[in-house]
Amino acid sequence: MCGIVGLFLKKDELRPRLGDMLTDMLITMTDRGPDSAGIAIYGDAAEGLKFTVQSDDPTAFDGLAEALESALGTAIPVTLKDTHAVLLVPAEQRAAATELLEGRGLRIMGIGEAMEIFKEVGLPKDVAARFGLREMGGSHGIGHTRMATESAVTTLGAHPFSTAEDQCLVHNGSLSNHNDMRRKLARKGVFTKTENDTEVGAAYISSRIAEGATLGEALEGTLKDLDGFFTFVTGTRNGFGVVRDPIACKPAVMAETDDYVAFASEYRAFADLPGIESARVWEPEPATVYFWER
Amino acid sequence: MPTLDMSRTELREVNATLQAAAKAQANEPFEITNPRGAHAVACGLDGALEVTVKGSTGYYCAGMNKDATIHVEGSAGPGVAENMMSGTVVIDGDASQYAGATGHGGLLVIKGNASSRCGISMKGIDIVVHGSIGHMSAFMAQKGNLVVLGDAGDALGDSLYEARLFVRGSVKSLGADCVEKEMRPEHLQILADLLAKAGADAKPEEFKRYGSARTLYNFNIDNADAY
Repeated sequence: MCGIVGLFLKKDELRPRLGDMLTDMLITMTDRGPDSAGIAIYGDAAEGLKFTVQSDDPTAFDGLAEALESALGTAIPVTLKDTHAVLLVPAEQRAAATELLEGRGLRIMGIGEAMEIFKEVGLPKDVAARFGLREMGGSHGIGHTRMATESAVTTLGAHPFSTAEDQCLVHNGSLSNHNDMRRKLARKGVFTKTENDTEVGAAYISSRIAEGATLGEALEGTLKDLDGFFTFVTGTRNGFGVVRDPIACKPAVMAETDDYVAFASEYRAFADLPGIESARVWEPEPATVYFWER
Repeated sequence: MPTLDMSRTELREVNATLQAAAKAQANEPFEITNPRGAHAVACGLDGALEVTVKGSTGYYCAGMNKDATIHVEGSAGPGVAENMMSGTVVIDGDASQYAGATGHGGLLVIKGNASSRCGISMKGIDIVVHGSIGHMSAFMAQKGNLVVLGDAGDALGDSLYEARLFVRGSVKSLGADCVEKEMRPEHLQILADLLAKAGADAKPEEFKRYGSARTLYNFNIDNADAY
């Protein structure tokens, strides 16, 4: 069991409240996943690439800004958030920055113009407080509360998983052909970092998009190529998509008003959303792709 | 009318209060406010009691109901009225998966749509869905009636025993051993009664009946080679 939440805002006035709304949704899903929690939040597109990096060692960020500046020849803004830091790197220096960061033992959680990813082991309320999720604004975001089944309870096993710029995935379920798919992707030069099944799902979607598929086509592809139980919510720079496997035993409910589209594993997560009483609330059909983009 | 406000009252207290009132045959209707999608609301009532839930509920609302009448003025999450013995449960909105699963008796009315596995393993319950139902509904259904005014999803009535299935709209596909059957006068009568009880505006003649072909009841020796 896991909990998933997602919120896509249609109106800019709500953008400052995105983190606050998502945090309430995430905490409500604690019963479904108390092991760890994570969130991907899509803010204003930056002039460059935002790298979200993580380290369990609080000293790992000491001297990071200076090291980046001397290696890349330009000042790199570094914003610390608990075990994570967000760096703004010029797009053309992506490879050099990646090498330097990984060389210093930092884990790259995600890279994107708009996306930042924060995830840790612990109760969702504690994870949210550590990163100050409530204060974060943005256009859309997805979150996950994890009850681990397929791999260990670690920071890297928490969701969301990002396998391409501004793309990420959260998952409720378990994939049964992930080892086979991991090998298939590796033969195409697409590598995953963990033993986790969801990361393979994320890498599959990213690789399909990299090959030219639309988000909708990539999500369609999961129905054919991935075996197992899944309710997926995938975030992209412009929006989010939802797909459930044909058996659809992992729960999902959606709500839409003039102001937002919301996704959750359970209706409870919607209870505090503005105007939920008059929202259109429905259960996404099995084996059917839904997505919203701006 | 006694009101239990779930924003201020713990679920256990809500259910204990309702269960005690049902047992005591108090007969005074209760109202539940602010359910906010909570799980297991109004479960295990054993006695005639009227309960109105003002809003949507989460998992397993009205489970194991006996004799009580529970009305949800919203939608219900997975497993509503699971293993109901008797009484009536009415959902004004939609119901999520496995509504009325394993129910032994009573009437479950869903005024919106029900999703997958509606009436799975039903054992005597009557279920009337004003809208449509999802895939694998009435899987291994043993007894009772499932009435659907809208459409049915894939694999309706797979491995069905003796439950009767009535669908007014289309059926995406029938499950193993489920077949369309002749609508006889006694079936029209059953249907007319259920539609009236469920406040459904439909004519019995508009429905088709589906049931078990009974070919899975006994082992077919011609299949011995398959094992």
